[in-house]
Amino acid sequence: MLKIKSYVKVNSIEEAYELNQKKTAIVLGGMVWLKMGNRNISTTIDLSGLGLAGIQETDEEFVIGCMTTLRELETDKRLNEYTQGAVRESVRHIVGVQFRNCATVGGSIWGRYGFSDVLTMFLGMDTWVELHNAGKIPLTEFVDRKKDNDILVNIIVKKQPLRVCYMSQRNTKTDFPVLTCCVSLIGNEARTVIGARPARAMVVEDQEDILGNFDQKSEEAKKEVIQKFADYAAEHVPTSGNMRGSKEYRTLLVKVLTRRAWEVVGGMKDEY
Amino acid sequence: MNIKFWLNGIQRQEEVDPGMLLIDFLREKGCYSVKRGCETANCGLCTVLMDEKPILSCSMLAVRIDGKKIVTLEGLQKEAEEFGTFLANEGAEQCGFCNPGFIMNVIAMLRELEEPDEEQIKEYLAGNLCRCSGFVSQTASILKYLNYKKTQEEA
Repeated sequence: MLKIKSYVKVNSIEEAYELNQKKTAIVLGGMVWLKMGNRNISTTIDLSGLGLAGIQETDEEFVIGCMTTLRELETDKRLNEYTQGAVRESVRHIVGVQFRNCATVGGSIWGRYGFSDVLTMFLGMDTWVELHNAGKIPLTEFVDRKKDNDILVNIIVKKQPLRVCYMSQRNTKTDFPVLTCCVSLIGNEARTVIGARPARAMVVEDQEDILGNFDQKSEEAKKEVIQKFADYAAEHVPTSGNMRGSKEYRTLLVKVLTRRAWEVVGGMKDEY
Repeated sequence: MNIKFWLNGIQRQEEVDPGMLLIDFLREKGCYSVKRGCETANCGLCTVLMDEKPILSCSMLAVRIDGKKIVTLEGLQKEAEEFGTFLANEGAEQCGFCNPGFIMNVIAMLRELEEPDEEQIKEYLAGNLCRCSGFVSQTASILKYLNYKKTQEEA
């Protein structure tokens, strides 16, 4: 159960940052995950008065305010056109519409939860986080940073040429995923992200350059490297077991989802 | 803390504890249609509309409704009764415990989506759990209700 002493709807990010330096203070996102815990909170900090809910598009990037809901990500035409529907696919299985109208992208990214579909999806793009104190850093760097008392302000997606596919495996609809997978061609860079291992999402480093020049390959050659890379990913992605699936099952899923998603990005299969 | 908000169309000003959840606050104000089900933000029983959007009142602090418009089933009696008849005619009401949250989300869906198909209906209502049924009769009731509304509009 949550015990909350005080609530402050801040007037500036600076005010939020100062309040958040106390160990027992917390920044509110959608609260759907937070409310499940047992905590004594001295100050809840609400950013909802700062105009940080919404998606702005420029020629170079999408700027997504930390208070933007998952439902807004799901229904934003511009973002979904850019990602060929992958953003919608990554969030539409998360509980229900009411839940997604509450949960925020800032809460999901800041929490760096192992089960996060959102984190997996955003790692599959050229994503940066804008922190009040630390400034802009790539999400690939942020994901492994220790949690501190900074404030996540915006999530920025650079509009690189992108082909992307998102897939997840669930035991039942609306449940947490057993495994998540996002693969993408960001310009010429082939990126594979695996999440819900059940540890937090990670980028699979292609140290043997199996997917190098992927887009220039013939269909036959693509098929070959996809299978090779799927085997490579299964071998190199650490997984473990929990109530939703065993380590062995997850490792098998790494192979299957990686192959299927690359087949979509390679143009050999229709998405989803 | 002092908050100002609209509840079912009426402007109100109330004192709330900073840690109070919206579900408890609304029930305290007599909105007993708002039910507590799963406690894990999964079942949809506590669905209310905030500025026209369906949300989970079990996961929202009451202080956060300051300046917002909240609507519960008590404020949608006419729409609820109209759709509720279709629900009952299909035998979909069963024990009835999930009905208020379900009807709230159906109303939200019909306001948001124009002529949703079966797939869209199922996706929109995935966050409303019913332990009595397999959702077949609920889906049928919505499709029949949509058909009825369309016939009415065309007449």
